[in-house]
Amino acid sequence: MFGLEYKDSRMLILVAILVALAPFMLNPFPEGSGMAQFNAGYPDLMQRFVIFGIFAIGFNILFGLTGYLSFGHAAFLGVGSYAAMWMMKLLTMNVVPGIIFSVLVAGVFSLAVGWISLRRSGIYFSILTLAFAQMSYSLAYSVLTPITGGETGLQPKVTDPRILDGSLAEGTIAKANFFGLEMGSSFELQLGSWLFTFNAGYYLAAVVMLIAFYISIRIFRSPFGLMLRAVKSNQQRLNYTGLNTKPYTLAAFVISGMYAGLAGGLMVAMDTQVGAERMFWTASGEVVLMTILGGVGTLIGPVLGASAIKYMENILSKINSDILHQWFAFLPDGLEEFVITLIYPFIGKGWHLTLGLIFMAVVIFLPGGLVEGGQRIANLFKRKMLGKDARDNKSQPTE
Amino acid sequence: MEAIILQVLNGLDKGSAYALIALGLTLIFGTLGVVNFAHGALFMIGAFCAVTLSRIISISRTIIDDSQTDFLGNPLKVDVPYVYDWFGQATGDVIIDWAVPLSILFAIPIMVAIGVAIERGLIKHFYKRPHADQILVTFGLAIVLQEIIKYFYGANPIPTPAPDAFRGSFDFGAAFGFDPNVIIYPYWRLVYFSFAAVIIASVFAFLQFTTFGMVVRAGMADRETVQLLGINIDRRFTLMFGMAAAVAGLAGVMYTPINSPNYHMGMDFLVLSFVVVVVGGMGSLPGAVLAGFLLGILESFASMREVLTILPGLNQIIIYLVAIIILLTRPRGLMGRKGVMED
Repeated sequence: MFGLEYKDSRMLILVAILVALAPFMLNPFPEGSGMAQFNAGYPDLMQRFVIFGIFAIGFNILFGLTGYLSFGHAAFLGVGSYAAMWMMKLLTMNVVPGIIFSVLVAGVFSLAVGWISLRRSGIYFSILTLAFAQMSYSLAYSVLTPITGGETGLQPKVTDPRILDGSLAEGTIAKANFFGLEMGSSFELQLGSWLFTFNAGYYLAAVVMLIAFYISIRIFRSPFGLMLRAVKSNQQRLNYTGLNTKPYTLAAFVISGMYAGLAGGLMVAMDTQVGAERMFWTASGEVVLMTILGGVGTLIGPVLGASAIKYMENILSKINSDILHQWFAFLPDGLEEFVITLIYPFIGKGWHLTLGLIFMAVVIFLPGGLVEGGQRIANLFKRKMLGKDARDNKSQPTE
Repeated sequence: MEAIILQVLNGLDKGSAYALIALGLTLIFGTLGVVNFAHGALFMIGAFCAVTLSRIISISRTIIDDSQTDFLGNPLKVDVPYVYDWFGQATGDVIIDWAVPLSILFAIPIMVAIGVAIERGLIKHFYKRPHADQILVTFGLAIVLQEIIKYFYGANPIPTPAPDAFRGSFDFGAAFGFDPNVIIYPYWRLVYFSFAAVIIASVFAFLQFTTFGMVVRAGMADRETVQLLGINIDRRFTLMFGMAAAVAGLAGVMYTPINSPNYHMGMDFLVLSFVVVVVGGMGSLPGAVLAGFLLGILESFASMREVLTILPGLNQIIIYLVAIIILLTRPRGLMGRKGVMED
């Protein structure tokens, strides 16, 4: 399908189905029950899943294929956000021009940054990208305030020109829309005690994510992708064969920068505001965490990692000690206190600790991330079922 | 002229912190070949050693003092620190006042222990893995250390004052024949600078003039040969990691009066310290120190009002700008050695 091999098209279709049915699957617990706080099927969080999925997919094209570890990718996301915001302010609240423009601007910006940074590799490349990102962040905060809004950031205002939109009725605010379909509008479905929300913005972002995912599969399977992998395994040897690797790495850098810009544009489309903190280097660190956690160099890994981290950020951080007391109420009093004291540092405000520990464990024991973990478990079952035959060809390379 | 001297002085204290952290980073990189992203967290833990010690010292018991009464005539409750009981009130006050400098003694064993534990427990397993993996695992470690500190001390900065003797400012101008009150400089920053100078000098002296240091330097130059001579270089390198952690920790301890410590101060310094290391040249100890002071002073010059009117925002980006220029024009940094971490 679409020029994909059977295995890849199967994965694409699987992802498409998962994404389309996400409002159902992420809401497994009935409304009002004690477990309802684990429901992730609300629009805001689902949008974040797919948007950060795009961001991580793009980062993976650079880091997973070429092995260049960029610590400044949030800059492209931020630049994309600002670009989309300006399109919305100047042209129209329709999100399409904004998203297209954000990709273009992020592409040009990443071309400039990549052209300089890619003159070095290894740790130096990481530091250079970090330096550029921190510079963009500082500038957006201080000198570029007329463009970026400084500390307050940018929001659409009533006084914006919006030359393509008609004038607004008195007392209404312009909302981000897709040819008239408002991004914030949702359709709610009540089934028994379950409540499912189908949000327009989420489905727009999901479609964009599927396209981005498809493109990334094509890149992974193309001769170009093979060349990038060659850069990762031995750049020197490639150079000795008389091949200039710079255009390939630069292309990968720009593509992943454009993915980041796309994610930034979508973020603005869903929630019309931008602030400079989006470009801070911890945001760049976050996408690194997502990609590693899910599985570097795998197709689906970054999406998994992004969803896992965003889920933890939004759900795990909500659990407080009262909820813990509810859960462990069945234990004897002393034991209950003990168990809660043990668990408490890892949840609620301390969820970063859990994240850090999981991340370290993944880097140490499972360099292929969640995907490798899944494969290992699957292999374990396969071997048990097939017995001896499967044991010989168990070492399948991770993609 | 006064303005220039003032800016140089202002750059010195920040430069000292950069230099100390960068020195530790370079020590670790030069000996073990590991890029340690958790080094900022070690700086932060050092700062919290000072917080901890000053809290331990001022642990008090509450007594009811009949000689003092509040406005209703009830006897007043008074907190009496235990140090009063042990050393008497006068000495006790001095001890509480000098909590931050005293923390140096407290921090050294703790930091060395933490450093050795990190090296033996975690980093040892990453020598053979690519640099990207080392960066990632130490990055994860930094997050974990940060969150542990946040859990115990909260997210707000904790003010930790310097001893009263260093509260004021030193009138530099008057001492050197300029107009008084033009070049004034807080005493504690002078202390910080001298302290940093002493630490840096002792690290260099240790490496240069002791047998242990000689072996370490030999190991940095050619690890394999040193091992073939029957020397257990791994143990010495582990100790060097502990020493680097102690240097970072001491930098943190002494920095607390300048900037109230909070749990993410390490990360803020780490990014800049990496830039410093790269500017100085990967693996070059003098380069790290030189670049630390250089960038600290440059940063303070860039924040002069005269400069900012011409180039607004320069103070925010000057360090990164310098780093980019240096990396592109002098790929090995200011004093980088050949063959260390070449592309």
